[in-house]
Amino acid sequence: MNKKIKIYIVMISFILSISNSILLNAQQYLQIDTGVNPNTWVLIPAGKFYKGQHNHETIIQYDYEIMVTDVTNEQYAKYLNAALASGFIKMVGDTVKGYYPGDKFNGFKHEFEIKAGYWTHMVLSEKGIRIKYAGGSFLAQKGFESHPVIMVSWFGAKSYADFYGWRLPNELEWEKAARGNDTRAYPWGDDFGNSHANYYSSYDVFEKTFGKLGGTTPVGFYNGKTYGDFKTNNNKSPYGLYDMAGNVWQWVGNVKPDVHYRYMRGGSLATYEQHLRIWAENNAGPDYYGLDVGFRCARDISEAIKGK
Amino acid sequence: MTAFLNKYDFLFRSTKGLVLVAISMIAIVTAIFGTLSGPMVEWGIRDITIKLMGMEIHPAQREGRIIMLYHTIAMAVVAIEVYFITSIVPMRKHQQQSINATITVGYLTAMIFGLWFAYFGHNFVFHGLFLLGQSLVFFAGILLASALNPWKKEYHVMDNDYSHTKKGVDLERVAFFTMTVAMLGSAIFGAVTGSYWGNGHETFLGEDIIRTPHKTPLQLAIIGHLHIMLTLVAVALALVIGRWFDFKGILHKIAMPLMIFGTIVITLGVWSVVPFEPTAHTFIYVGSVFIMTSALLMVIYGWRKIIHDRLAELGLEKAGFIKSIKALLHDPIKFGTLWQMVFMNFTVSGVGIFLAVKLDKIFRIWPFLEERITLTGHWHILSAIIATIILMFYADISGMKGKTRKWFGWILIICSDLAFGSMTVFSMKRLFVDQYSQQSVVNWTMILTDFGLAAVLIILALFLSWRLFDLFKSEGLWKKELSNPELDIKTTSPVLSSYNLEEEIK
Repeated sequence: MNKKIKIYIVMISFILSISNSILLNAQQYLQIDTGVNPNTWVLIPAGKFYKGQHNHETIIQYDYEIMVTDVTNEQYAKYLNAALASGFIKMVGDTVKGYYPGDKFNGFKHEFEIKAGYWTHMVLSEKGIRIKYAGGSFLAQKGFESHPVIMVSWFGAKSYADFYGWRLPNELEWEKAARGNDTRAYPWGDDFGNSHANYYSSYDVFEKTFGKLGGTTPVGFYNGKTYGDFKTNNNKSPYGLYDMAGNVWQWVGNVKPDVHYRYMRGGSLATYEQHLRIWAENNAGPDYYGLDVGFRCARDISEAIKGK
Repeated sequence: MTAFLNKYDFLFRSTKGLVLVAISMIAIVTAIFGTLSGPMVEWGIRDITIKLMGMEIHPAQREGRIIMLYHTIAMAVVAIEVYFITSIVPMRKHQQQSINATITVGYLTAMIFGLWFAYFGHNFVFHGLFLLGQSLVFFAGILLASALNPWKKEYHVMDNDYSHTKKGVDLERVAFFTMTVAMLGSAIFGAVTGSYWGNGHETFLGEDIIRTPHKTPLQLAIIGHLHIMLTLVAVALALVIGRWFDFKGILHKIAMPLMIFGTIVITLGVWSVVPFEPTAHTFIYVGSVFIMTSALLMVIYGWRKIIHDRLAELGLEKAGFIKSIKALLHDPIKFGTLWQMVFMNFTVSGVGIFLAVKLDKIFRIWPFLEERITLTGHWHILSAIIATIILMFYADISGMKGKTRKWFGWILIICSDLAFGSMTVFSMKRLFVDQYSQQSVVNWTMILTDFGLAAVLIILALFLSWRLFDLFKSEGLWKKELSNPELDIKTTSPVLSSYNLEEEIK
């Protein structure tokens, strides 16, 4: 056989073998089981904590529970099916909508009026969304069931919580759950490494496989386990919550006077590490949705007892 | 010993040497501390810097560190401008010497101890020295304002080509004086708030509270302070560059009153942000229009002069469009200083106006972090453009000639503008690409920005290395500059420029 042809065959085989291994790895990544159950809640006891960058001593006077992880695609798809069947939400074309009673409008500078009416929760035709609507039911995209739900507006997040009798945590509740009782900067402490959380420079396996903004990691992914050759640090907060820094921004429940914005906490796969600090925040209109925006829920203890 | 003293005299007693020291200090600080953010973090360089230098970096203190870093660099930039001003605006020699000495000690003290405090453990003695250094810079400003007093008869203009009042008061000098007084008042805005630090005021970055509906007076004061200081640094540099071009004639007569009026209006507008935030912006916009018109007239004058001078060199009295353009582009250093002012309109002023006009329709629809990127990009670019203009001016002062001048000038213009343009596109990307499809835009703009900035930093490093090696030569450029320490620029009233302390004491 001609020497040149032999070289070509070897090169092509090599390229094919590389492509094959990437494909195989992508499949493997989509089957990762982090061992963290997204249906678990954790009790945050009443008491003091240090709020914000400047450590203001603050007291939350009541116990509450909060989800250990962000709400997943699978959980959200399940909710959409139940909520649609009960008439809690409706489909308008490719858009999930739900009723919101509106906010008090003060006409403050730059304030937009949020009127009572049906607002967008999720647009299913948007690129990057991991939930599909087919044959009259919602389904999480295969392989992304345990990833956090994204492309959900504040209305959509609130509606999920409302449907189950829960609520979005307010900023104080979120912060205490992330920080515990000391003054740490990140949920796991003050040190920072790129295997602590899914953020812009984490170079995690999902980012490598699916691109910078296609790379949410399954909830609880950063728990100290090694996946293939990717070793994670455990990013659990003092109360045992995962992903309180990175992966997706989390909507919180506060509605503040004189602004229409809703607030997000925790940083995301698209932000640098300074936005992963516990006090860092982002905000947008309540109808905004993005590839790096999700949420988790909180509930009062009485609701927790009912839920159990 | 004599050689050492001569070099000391050059570096710390001559205008050219003082500017060289300040540029070098900024370059060193930028080279070290620039590795702590942006792509340097991704590439792991930050961790190496921290380890090698023994820095103590706590995530909660990031904002405080950055503010101190900005201030140390800003003090050095202000010092450079003051060196220029004391050399090109007539004043008594002892005034020049005392102003330069005070500001040199001030900015170096602020820079060394400020950074020591911020990055190497919090020894509060160093924080005190940081404040002392800044206070000295402020005191140098008071001395400068006093020296610039435009109403002294000895500073009245003799040449009618320069803008002046009926009584002969030099309006360019008034513009320098106004800028100086405005800067002193604006510095107080920051200083008063700083004095509440730990006692009602908490460290924050201005861009982090843009969507906070109710800002405290101290927060408003800081926002006003940071905007007006950068504006006045730009005004000061425009006036210096104008003098470099020997700006005069009818355009000078129109431009100077506009610059004075604009500086007063914009400064008062910014100061009024604290009590009258809703209306303050109107004054700021009006002041900006006057200042920008004045700068535009200067650019028109400067480019015409470049063309005229080059054609005269070629022995041509008149030329067509192509030849005029060739003449304009012949010297990238002179063309570039003015071009950067024009380019600023695309990447800073234009973006700023667009932001203001479309704020509620576009930018407030975006998530906060997207809007924040446009703001931080916008003012980082303005600061960097100011830096490139200073570098071009200093290259001319250093007597850079021939092909080196052309390469230096064009690399500085093309690569910096490539970086600034790419950064502008990056910061405004949401206008034309959605989050899902943005990655190629992000990658390309980042590559072009990094390439542009790297090229600028490399030629700056080469330039400074040349100046450093020159210092080791016994008969180097430094010696020539020591014998002719002042900037070779025509002043508006030459009467006192030759005075020196010894003569005055006699």
